[in-house]
Amino acid sequence: MTERVDESSIGAHGRTISVEIMGRPYAVPEGLTMLRAMWYTGHEVVRGAGCLGGFCGACAVTYRTKDDVRLRNGLACQTQVEDGMSFYLNFAYYPNRKVIYDLTQLSDPKQDLFKLFPEASLCRNCNACTEACPQGIDVRDGVWKSVFGDFQKVSEMFMDCVMCGQCIPVCIADIAPNHVALYASRAQGARLTPAPDNLLRRVNEIESGKYGEEWKKILAMNEDELKAAGRPTA
Amino acid sequence: MDLIAQSMEKVLKGRDARRSKTVPIRPPEERDKLVHAFHPDYKKEEYHRIRVGPNAGERTVREVVELLESDSPVPNDLDLTPQYRVDVLVVGGGGAGATAALSAHGQGANVLLVTKLRMGDSNTVMAQGGMQVAITEQDSPVTHFFDTLRGGHHKNDPNLLKILVEEGPMAAKWLIELGVLFDRDGSGNLRTKKGGGSTQPRLLTCSDYTGLEIMRVLKDEVLNRQIPILEFSPVVELLTDSEGQCTGAVLKNLDNGQFIVVSAKSVILATGGSGRLHIEGFPTSNHYGATGDALALAYRTGARLAHADTFQYHPTGAVFPEQLAGALVTEGIRSDGGHLVNQNGDRFINELDTRDVVAAAIIRECADGRGVKTPAGRVGVWLDVPMIDQLMGEGSISKRFPAMVRQFERYGIDIRKEPVLVYPTLHYQNGGVAIDVEGRSGTQGLLVAGEASGGLHGRNRLMGNSLLDLIVFGRRSGIAAALRAKSVTAGKLTLAHVLRFRKELEKNAIKPTRVAPIILPDYVRREEIAAAASDP
Repeated sequence: MTERVDESSIGAHGRTISVEIMGRPYAVPEGLTMLRAMWYTGHEVVRGAGCLGGFCGACAVTYRTKDDVRLRNGLACQTQVEDGMSFYLNFAYYPNRKVIYDLTQLSDPKQDLFKLFPEASLCRNCNACTEACPQGIDVRDGVWKSVFGDFQKVSEMFMDCVMCGQCIPVCIADIAPNHVALYASRAQGARLTPAPDNLLRRVNEIESGKYGEEWKKILAMNEDELKAAGRPTA
Repeated sequence: MDLIAQSMEKVLKGRDARRSKTVPIRPPEERDKLVHAFHPDYKKEEYHRIRVGPNAGERTVREVVELLESDSPVPNDLDLTPQYRVDVLVVGGGGAGATAALSAHGQGANVLLVTKLRMGDSNTVMAQGGMQVAITEQDSPVTHFFDTLRGGHHKNDPNLLKILVEEGPMAAKWLIELGVLFDRDGSGNLRTKKGGGSTQPRLLTCSDYTGLEIMRVLKDEVLNRQIPILEFSPVVELLTDSEGQCTGAVLKNLDNGQFIVVSAKSVILATGGSGRLHIEGFPTSNHYGATGDALALAYRTGARLAHADTFQYHPTGAVFPEQLAGALVTEGIRSDGGHLVNQNGDRFINELDTRDVVAAAIIRECADGRGVKTPAGRVGVWLDVPMIDQLMGEGSISKRFPAMVRQFERYGIDIRKEPVLVYPTLHYQNGGVAIDVEGRSGTQGLLVAGEASGGLHGRNRLMGNSLLDLIVFGRRSGIAAALRAKSVTAGKLTLAHVLRFRKELEKNAIKPTRVAPIILPDYVRREEIAAAASDP
């Protein structure tokens, strides 16, 4: 039993190019993403693939393009292979420490950041985290803004963060920038932003039983009665 | 000028004329006719009879029949000494699983969460459109109820649906308390957007990263509560006692291939949908592990499925560039006024009709020769994205759809300037394992939450109801599972239901064509790979 959709060839163009996967040379058609190039060349991928849509960060990849000295980071489900490219899947697992906190127990989220993430204020401005980010986030600036307490701005800057973690191993001050930003962002949402009135109003209405009578009538209806009751009036 | 460019010209030139005209929502009879003629759910030759189990006699697509009549990967004589003994086993690391785990843990239960990929790698992270919650003055849970019922062709379970819409506001409040940052308006109220098939604006959004923001927060909270997680450990079989109650599960460690046995007083299946089965040969917007595991697992224990014959084909899957084929173009584009336009530059459907109707209309346009062919041989219609900047002001697309701008930019396409080509993509399993309002399946001790469950959405899920579903029923199933764990003792672990199912297959002379859960789709090319030209 095989799938009728040939995922390994989606995107393939006619011309054949040379790529290196984990140091081994392969010829693949132009136009494939890195992940599809791996399937095309017979690799079984278990760790290293996730949502396949560029959102989950499971396929973090390190690569180099032809004649370029620079190592780059990307997402293997989103990055196209080029002739002379060399890459490997990071498998995105780092045994890094998860700082444990209870948002409801924080006394002052902006001050508590220094207790939970004392290393955050030791950023040495090397900018490696920003360079490593496949989402183009100014990660270094985000760390500084977290330290200075501008959690609102951090939450906006990191809305694109897929938590791939590629900013973690490159940090010379042992900061996990994505986790610092997630803390700032969650604290902003849970503790520093007033609850929305329109939502609270509706919750109160429901809890006070405003719709109770209506539900009784509706749940006693048969399919035809429901059809008639639900016909839009416009 | 090539045909694509010519057609694109028509889209750009016709924009002003299109803006002044509205395409009305067609009457129900006409919409039904369109769906019956062109929606993949009504392609008779793809549907086959199920021969065994609680849904025997019903018809569904070949891919699901094969799954339901599949063999278990577990041998009859497997050693069932448990390595883990817990109150609640949560299977699945997406939004429903994370929510269920947090809720069961909140009740004091001893919880283990196991997942096929990494925690959080799921369809939830990709949900861009938003979450429907009725909060505006003009709106009410009752209006939300009827919108959803119409969208589902009145086949939704009204009791499940009432719970969904009425607990929606509480679910949103719970997420906000966990730190989810929904978009606000100038006065601090939650901003709402209108979704397809809805009479009122009620989509809560986090730009076009709603699912990612929710999943990031839920995962972080699961980690903060120090709930044990086993990643790359999918469930490959459930365990039952002599009375047929679910008492645990067998996992497979994908790193070393070994089985892991778990004893649990309650098991919650939150394994998501089945897009990776590529039903009817469609590409899919789903994640790598969406292989319909819950359907096979629950079915073997005797749990009935609801609406297991209906699937949602999201109207706007990308068809160009080829690398993005099947990837989703968020419905938010249509919510904000983007038009669907055929090869001749004409609109052909109200863009905010329900997904099944819009998908059927796109398929009709392409079948009748009004689609646009891509160089790779796919066909699609235009989605006029740049219109949004014209309607809402320069910069609106960048601000409201950063994920989509980035996705297309990688292939040199600027969606702020150019329309994109789309065709329906397999997106969602409308049905699943039948549940009651507490998330309980027909098998005692086995609960199901999220896309894996069935009944709530009827024959077509309304957009924005899926994120809400996984929070509302994730919470309910987590609480119900924890309460059950307080009242029962750990049961005996047997494979009795597997033996019974294997006998039933044999009795019906069915030779399974698959072993399921499938775990991961097989995309590996088996042909000989040409050696790279070595240039020393």
